[in-house]
Amino acid sequence: MKNSQMNWYKYASPQNFYPLAGRLWPWFAAAGAAFALAGLWIGFFVAPTDAQQGEGYRIIFVHVPASWMSMFIYVVMAFWAGLGLAFNTRLSGMMASALAPTGALFTFIALWTGALWGKPMWGAWWVWDARLTSELILLFLYLGFLALQAAIDDPRRADRAGAVLALVGVVNVPIIYFSVKWWNTLHQGASVSLTKAPAMAHTMLWGMLLMALAFWMYSIATALARVRCIILEREGHNEWAKHELE
Amino acid sequence: MNWNSLNDFLAMGGYALYVWGSFGVTALTMLIEPLLIRKRRNDILRTLRREHAAEECSA
Amino acid sequence: MKQVGIISVLGAVVRRDLTIALRQKSEVLTTLFFFVIVASLFPLGIGPETALLRRIAPGILWVGALLAAMLSLQRMFAADYQDGSLEQMVLSPVPLGVLVSGKILAHWLLAGLPLVLIAPLLGLQFDLDGRSLAILVASLLLGTPVMSLVGAIGAALTLGVRGGGVLLSLLILPLYIPVLIFGAGAVEADAAGMSASGHLTLLAALLSLAAFFAPWATTAALRISLE
Repeated sequence: MKNSQMNWYKYASPQNFYPLAGRLWPWFAAAGAAFALAGLWIGFFVAPTDAQQGEGYRIIFVHVPASWMSMFIYVVMAFWAGLGLAFNTRLSGMMASALAPTGALFTFIALWTGALWGKPMWGAWWVWDARLTSELILLFLYLGFLALQAAIDDPRRADRAGAVLALVGVVNVPIIYFSVKWWNTLHQGASVSLTKAPAMAHTMLWGMLLMALAFWMYSIATALARVRCIILEREGHNEWAKHELE
Repeated sequence: MNWNSLNDFLAMGGYALYVWGSFGVTALTMLIEPLLIRKRRNDILRTLRREHAAEECSA
Repeated sequence: MKQVGIISVLGAVVRRDLTIALRQKSEVLTTLFFFVIVASLFPLGIGPETALLRRIAPGILWVGALLAAMLSLQRMFAADYQDGSLEQMVLSPVPLGVLVSGKILAHWLLAGLPLVLIAPLLGLQFDLDGRSLAILVASLLLGTPVMSLVGAIGAALTLGVRGGGVLLSLLILPLYIPVLIFGAGAVEADAAGMSASGHLTLLAALLSLAAFFAPWATTAALRISLE
């Protein structure tokens, strides 16, 4: 990264990216831990008790950042997938498959915390609220992507087939979100919105932003660590990889 | 400061199950995922080392 | 000149698929019977209360049609893949997109259109009135082609993959949700005394979007699967 753009092309090859990812991921993990500590401190000790929801609203500090990340990772995944299809680079497909499990994990966290928030606020573990429903469908999209890649043995075909699916999915995500919202308003569903209920105090926003940053760094760290595994699995027989074994 | 004592903090104003259930599962999954990645890495490294050794024996 | 060529190729593909399918009628009939049986199971599970059945009919008929259309998706390319004619199609000078569009159209004629035609009959089981039946048919007429179009992408992606059938449903069902919402919503809106035209317009928009993108994505997926 010291000298200019040339390096970026260099790192498009798995062989060169492998050691770079190895050097970078601990830094991202450390940054993630630091942001998480700051975010938790604000979330639990600085942010005041909410007038309506009491202490229960503190779930917002994981729920909202997790749902942001779940959507963001899908878009990033589709971006890498599209890049892989367009330029036929091996690393792009590997990045897409390295991101998918983390994205699915954040989708699961968003759903889980949404249910735990919904129970005291709405009196039910699950409410067919537009956001929760869209999040559930997003989880299905992630699972479809993972299942498709797992079912195809040839890694190149798995990458490219997954890429087409991710791109079709990313075109569909806004349509699905819009249709679910439309459906929700038509059926007069939950009138309380999880995220809008407490007036957004500045401290709350800061807490959420810090937690979102923590999740972001965590995602980068896990994706880099996972892409190293994928590179080894696919190219471990090459000469350069043998040095890693020593 | 929001809390007068540790018990107060843990009780979360009566929302302990929901708040700690959320944060706990989030923390747990974010611990398990790196462990799974590390296991995956160790597995592939072990396989590669074994193959490498086998190659050297036969060579 | 070229235009005529493409349309005649499209017609040839559709005719070929229809001929093959009509030679073994079981495929069309299986889809149809599946739809009828699923729709008939619900009253048995829920109870014969007419008012309740009338209320849930749009959702049930739409979900039934969705599942029935999905049943036959896997066969869209499978037979041609096995006997090698799909590879011939990829290699032929005709653009693959035209051939794919022909196959999608044939699938709709075999699996979508019969569902649209039998839906009013099933609607009578649920005591829907004439107006609701007309809107049900209109919404299915707009929605089933979207199912064939979007489903083709999944069928192409899972070609020759182990566990293809179940996998296909996992990939495709989430993408069907907007069609389901607007389709069933059209009938429900009308029953609630609102205009169904908004829903139908959105369905038409989905159809044109799918008609534009799906053959293209299917072509890309087929090339990947045949590499």
